[in-house]
Amino acid sequence: MTGEIELLRRRARRRHLASRITVYLLAILAALGAAGPFLWAGITAFKENRDLYRRSNNPFLFNLTPTTEHVDYLFSGTEFPTFVWNTLWVGLLVTAITLGLGLPAAYSLARLDRPWSGPMAIAIFFVYLVPPTLLFLSLSRMVVAFGLQDRTWSLVLVYPTITIPVSVWLLMGFLRAIPKDIEEQAMVDGYSRLGAFVRIVVPLVFPGVVAVVVFAFTLTASEFIYALAFVSPSAEKPISTGVPTALVRGDVFFWQSLQAATVLVAVPIALVFNAFLNRFIAGFTHGAVKG
Amino acid sequence: MTDPALIPPQPHGQLTEARPEVSPPAHPRARRRFADRDALLAWVFLLPSVGYIVALVAIPFFLAIAFSFSDVTAGDPSFDWAGLRNYQDVFDDPVFWRSLRNTVVFTVVSMLLIVVLGKVLANVLIADFRGKWLVRFLVLLPWTTPVALSTIAWLWLLDSVFSPIDWVLRELGLIDANMYWLGKPDLAIGSVIVVHVWRLVPLAAVIMMAGLVAIPKDVQEAASVDGAGFWRRMFEITIPLTLPVIAVAALFGAILTFTDMAVVYVLTRGGPTNSTQVLASWAFFRGIEGGDVGQGAAIALFLFPLLLAAAIAILRAVRRMDVS
Repeated sequence: MTGEIELLRRRARRRHLASRITVYLLAILAALGAAGPFLWAGITAFKENRDLYRRSNNPFLFNLTPTTEHVDYLFSGTEFPTFVWNTLWVGLLVTAITLGLGLPAAYSLARLDRPWSGPMAIAIFFVYLVPPTLLFLSLSRMVVAFGLQDRTWSLVLVYPTITIPVSVWLLMGFLRAIPKDIEEQAMVDGYSRLGAFVRIVVPLVFPGVVAVVVFAFTLTASEFIYALAFVSPSAEKPISTGVPTALVRGDVFFWQSLQAATVLVAVPIALVFNAFLNRFIAGFTHGAVKG
Repeated sequence: MTDPALIPPQPHGQLTEARPEVSPPAHPRARRRFADRDALLAWVFLLPSVGYIVALVAIPFFLAIAFSFSDVTAGDPSFDWAGLRNYQDVFDDPVFWRSLRNTVVFTVVSMLLIVVLGKVLANVLIADFRGKWLVRFLVLLPWTTPVALSTIAWLWLLDSVFSPIDWVLRELGLIDANMYWLGKPDLAIGSVIVVHVWRLVPLAAVIMMAGLVAIPKDVQEAASVDGAGFWRRMFEITIPLTLPVIAVAALFGAILTFTDMAVVYVLTRGGPTNSTQVLASWAFFRGIEGGDVGQGAAIALFLFPLLLAAAIAILRAVRRMDVS
């Protein structure tokens, strides 16, 4: 009897160990598969030309001493800083517009309980699925008509159409998580509905606002086709189109500088995004499940 | 006008909560009228967003349909009715059919791979292990990085002369000469699919994580106690219970694949000889770089039926998620 239990116990332990090893193996494999290109790009960014352009050299190691000249060149010799600047201010303006329009809309849909709230929420969500590739041609004619072609302002005008639908959806989730009693109490205390929204609800939904800022900014920074279709002078380009189109001179690729740019953009965005990942998951499931 | 008797009584059925009728004297009545009427406030809050979307999504959409029946070009933006000529030209062009086929192939193959790999990845990411934060950060990189930039890293991974993949294969003695990943049609198609899958698996995994977290733990435990092993629990409990979420992840993967042109644009520009051209990139080359807005619009509109089908499917999946 005791021997049998001992056997079972040992088998359970072995199975536990095997599952642990599998989890770690898969985790390492997934991390390498996903981040491999970035790790390798990071190494490449510091390679000397003589090291890089030799077929027989191990591409994953430094065969010659690392150098920072290509990273320096990225900042001093290319328009990369301009691209970063364009992306930043476009992103900030778009985020501000998104919040200014999206937060009241989300409140209206999540809290004011009109009969059309449900269908309208779904309709707004579906706007998110309308891809830029369907609209960029007619929008580019509209941008020309507004006199905004080849200017970064065209992106400020158009990007909220991508960010507002997602943000409304996300914010609805956050708003639903706030108990209704709090607003009711505020209204009993003498605030109007509007007053309760501005004074009580907006501060409480602050985590959602931060999540929307991150999300809207990330979407704006990644957008490609509008930026490619609307803006051609490189001084007006954001990162997403500037780096792949303007850092290539004819057929000459500044590979190390390009790779440095990729890593420099990827890491900060991913860091911020990760900090809010759980919130995004919560926000999306709230919005979806209770919509 | 400020007479409270003139304020129309609010229909009671529309209010969710019966609010105590407290009218604080601090507020002028006129202001209260606006700030407290939910029905009005709901519209005032919603209209700016709706207006924005109508102006810059709905109008361009109908404009795109109109353009596809016109002879608008970048040089001559005046609108003249051209009937079905653009569609005729598009249909006569073998590159259009190639693009349509590629779009479907890329989407279907990527979607299948994204679902399978995303499911595995989601299971790994919800398990407990050391260094989870780092792994999650690394795994999400492909998704959070602007696609045009991450594709640049791939552009060089697949370089015709200096590809590290070729270097590894050469060192292993598997190949003698380089593969020319982006130079041969079949390899180029495969490369585009790999980059799409690589980029979208993290997103699918995150969506599926949300679904996995929502399964009550006791269901799993009960099955485990009853002697169901890992695979049985996977196929008889986890997958059926998370099927709507899996469907949503799959459809997001599909939509983001068939509407995207950044990967193709940066990686191959549709080459070699249009063998990786997709509808979106072909519409771009025709409509923006070629300046033929009418034809470009006609090509891009072929994305719409695919999109509509995906949207309806998502709606159904979300409805089912509601029920469970």
